[in-house]
Amino acid sequence: MLEMLHIDKTYNPGSVREKVLFQDFSLTVGTGEFVSIVGSNGSGKTSLLNLLCGSIPVDRGQVMMDGQDITRQKEHIRSRLIGRVYQNPAMGTCASMTILENLSLAEHKGKPSNLRPGTDKKRIPYYREILRPLNLGLEDMLEARVGSLSGGQRQALALLMSTMTPISFLILDEHTAALDPKTADIIMELTDQVVREKKLTALMVTHNLRYALEYGSRIIMMHQGDIVLDKRDEMKDNTHIDDLLKIFNEISIECGN
Amino acid sequence: MLNALAKIGGNFMNALPNTLEQGLIYALLVLGILITYTILDFPDLTVDGSFPLGGAVSTSLIVHGMNPLLALLLAGLAGGAAGLCTGLIHVKLKVRDLFSGIIMMTGLYSINLHITGGTSLLSVPRTAVTLFRNNPVADFLPRDYATLIIAFALVLVVKLLLDAFLKTRAGYLLRAVGDNDVVVTALAKDKGTVKIVGLVLANCLAALSGAVLCQQQRMFEISMGTGAMVLGLASVIIGVNLFSRVSFVRNTTAAIAGSVLYKMCVALAIACGMAASDLKLITAALFLLILCTGLIKRKGGKKHA
Repeated sequence: MLEMLHIDKTYNPGSVREKVLFQDFSLTVGTGEFVSIVGSNGSGKTSLLNLLCGSIPVDRGQVMMDGQDITRQKEHIRSRLIGRVYQNPAMGTCASMTILENLSLAEHKGKPSNLRPGTDKKRIPYYREILRPLNLGLEDMLEARVGSLSGGQRQALALLMSTMTPISFLILDEHTAALDPKTADIIMELTDQVVREKKLTALMVTHNLRYALEYGSRIIMMHQGDIVLDKRDEMKDNTHIDDLLKIFNEISIECGN
Repeated sequence: MLNALAKIGGNFMNALPNTLEQGLIYALLVLGILITYTILDFPDLTVDGSFPLGGAVSTSLIVHGMNPLLALLLAGLAGGAAGLCTGLIHVKLKVRDLFSGIIMMTGLYSINLHITGGTSLLSVPRTAVTLFRNNPVADFLPRDYATLIIAFALVLVVKLLLDAFLKTRAGYLLRAVGDNDVVVTALAKDKGTVKIVGLVLANCLAALSGAVLCQQQRMFEISMGTGAMVLGLASVIIGVNLFSRVSFVRNTTAAIAGSVLYKMCVALAIACGMAASDLKLITAALFLLILCTGLIKRKGGKKHA
């Protein structure tokens, strides 16, 4: 379970660019929930993920993970139980290292980084096996540098790497936004599969309303640091793109756009 | 005209053994810079201080009759400590990478003088035991080539050790942090710690290089570190760019070759009649030439300055 309790967050406090984003913001995500988060630019979607992962500190409030207060815990410590995939496919992989080296790195997450061999050659068949279902041909190019792969291939690899070790939470930050529609569909389908198979608690920020409705068990719409729509299970199933667009329009009119 | 060319060629050939020796000895420093600049993406000026630090430690110890290998080891440890300080200043005190190096480089100048007992020039007596003189291995090898062979063996050992390290789990993390530190954080590792490890290793190598150089020249001179970073960087860039297309050549081999080539360029300039006092000027000009010819790798739009 992930909880954000009474969070305050202000950017550039005390300066002319001061922006109050969150004021007494709370969100609870139950174990096994797959939450899609939509909202216009600047509504606080990515900030929410950053606060959750510890990439930026909260001003006030508490962040709890499975009942444990992790508000002051460093990002890399929180990462032990969190996998994260970014919008930019380059963020989740190491370009100058090979696919094999990247997978080995990912598999050793949480283990001591000592002087044992970086790649366990005996694991190569296993790596091939988990790459094959992607249908991207990666299993035959283990020695290729990741920098030479396409965006879709890199994102698929990033998704695989972030979920390779036992984690509880998966954070997806517009992870299909930089991909072409077909590749985006493949990655999205893959994501859903992984979340189901590993029974992960997932948060997905997306601008794709179709994905937001089609996948996951709960949908949240954000606006100016507040939750303006929150539907789950059957309620979510009865929500349609038109309903979302209507709220988007109302917000736009309210803001004078 | 032909005569002049023959004279330059002659001068160059006469100096060749010494050029090769120096190229190999400086290669240790270049391997250090390979770690900080190419792998970690960290412009580390500490080496301008840790290179002579190694020289100061080793020379002082040898003058007091210490075993040259033990002196090398201690010099390497001293360099590692300097790298540790730079890393802590950068990571824990959040000082910019360039400034962390400059602070350490400046401080080390005085520390190096303290180590040598306040003298800026310390020579090793002819009878002292060094890696290259007055020891059974050097006596066994042919006199003219003893230094070259020993230097080559030393560089080879260090290179193989570094290659092996870069293939370990810790080595993978080191490469990952320079590539994309987001991944390192995602792997639940503190990227700051990994950077510190890289700096320790790099400055250990720089100090080792300075120590070996002082044993070969049989003297320590306080200003020997000036421009060490620029020299190392130029060598790395020459080596890595010339050999990057040859896939079976590792970066470490390329860096060593770059170091030797760089020393040859300098030797050529001197053979053409430039004075030894112009050495740093040649270094600077050569580096500028390398930068302007676009040989430097442009990485992901990040600016290094």
